[in-house]
Amino acid sequence: MNAPLSPPLAMLMELTHRCPLKCPYCSNPLALERARDELDTATWKRVITEAAGIGILQAHFSGGEPMVRSDLPELVRHARAEGLYTNLITSAVLLNPARMAELAEAGLDHVQISFQGADAAVADHVAGFRDAHEKKLAAAQLVRDAGLALTLNAVVHRQNLHQLSAMIDLAVDAGAQRIEVAHVQYYGWALKNRAALIPTRAQLDEATRIVTAARANLAGTLTIDYVVPDYYAARPKACMGGWARQFFNITPSGKMLPCHAAETLPGLVFERVTERSVGEIWAHSSAFEKYRGTGWMAPPCQGCARAEIDWGGCRCQALALTGDAGATDPACGLSPDHAMMAALAIAESGAAVDDFAYRMIS
Amino acid sequence: MSLTAASVPRLARHVRFRFDAARNCHVLLAPERVIMPDAIAVAVLECCDGVVNVAEIADRLATRYEAPRDAVLADCLEMLNDLADKSMIAS
Repeated sequence: MNAPLSPPLAMLMELTHRCPLKCPYCSNPLALERARDELDTATWKRVITEAAGIGILQAHFSGGEPMVRSDLPELVRHARAEGLYTNLITSAVLLNPARMAELAEAGLDHVQISFQGADAAVADHVAGFRDAHEKKLAAAQLVRDAGLALTLNAVVHRQNLHQLSAMIDLAVDAGAQRIEVAHVQYYGWALKNRAALIPTRAQLDEATRIVTAARANLAGTLTIDYVVPDYYAARPKACMGGWARQFFNITPSGKMLPCHAAETLPGLVFERVTERSVGEIWAHSSAFEKYRGTGWMAPPCQGCARAEIDWGGCRCQALALTGDAGATDPACGLSPDHAMMAALAIAESGAAVDDFAYRMIS
Repeated sequence: MSLTAASVPRLARHVRFRFDAARNCHVLLAPERVIMPDAIAVAVLECCDGVVNVAEIADRLATRYEAPRDAVLADCLEMLNDLADKSMIAS
């Protein structure tokens, strides 16, 4: 039986899929939504109010690049008025002093700036955008000067892991309170570019060593969150803290999803916040109920002592690698497909295919 | 950089502490973090105004809860140092 439904902790709003950068591991779907289909300001404000009403505590403003929306400060102000902790997830290439002042005045709590490397040569190549790195450094300074909390998002992979130590140093120099060192997760664009991104086992071990040492040296100065790649894992991650347990995502056009990659799963119908309230979708939408809790699980997840620790891992990864969204995530050592996943990682990381298929609207 | 009895604790600038009606409890909100402090931690956090030091907080709570002052001080320091390690409390 499933436990009673708890209130969700956080909502991620993809305000737009427009973005000047072309990162080949973008978390947006391959089929990007168009500007003309984006929700308007009034609808986003209603969504924020409804989400606060069912108990979310954190509002993440994301994209695409959320700063392409001129109504961002108005939405931040509204979220703050609803008592939410407000977080801007941005490439920061559009941040300037005037816009920083507007956002700070609106009550923004925290800014997360993505970095693609520790220097312009690597970072601008990965982002597919000239001068991105320099703009980000300037933007980090603006966030710090405005007195807001700053996190650096360092997405790491085979082509920038040699700069990991330098990226941690960059976070300290930029005055960030926190760095998220996140190995690429292979969905959507990243899955398409997996062979160019996946690290070798030796690279992963070195990265883990660097993070462990930095955590000890920088305790109380810099918080380091570390996301490891599933392909070399022994146990799966509790993806999203469990399907539809803590978190939901809203696309630019208003589709409400249990995770940003959920649209890759066949047979699920994702309802729109323009047609039903956030609370009703959270509690009753068939897509949210489908993999919620443990009732849907088959062996080896069913009856496993870890069923309520990792919640079966990731549904999108199970689908991508086994063809069955209801299977145990192959990141788990108990999955019959576990060895296949590890073999894929070893083969692709050693193949030296480095060209990217950059993110773009098709 | 541990807090001592003489330290004056306050919430870090990027942290918010408030009551949450949906869960009927207090919450500490920080980047990608939600902490639900227990009743004792709530009592300590409510005293963290950036004016009084930890010794004064312990005095106040020892009186309020009729508890041994040294034990209260030790509990306050442990809890506040734990949050300071998470960059949620500054002094």
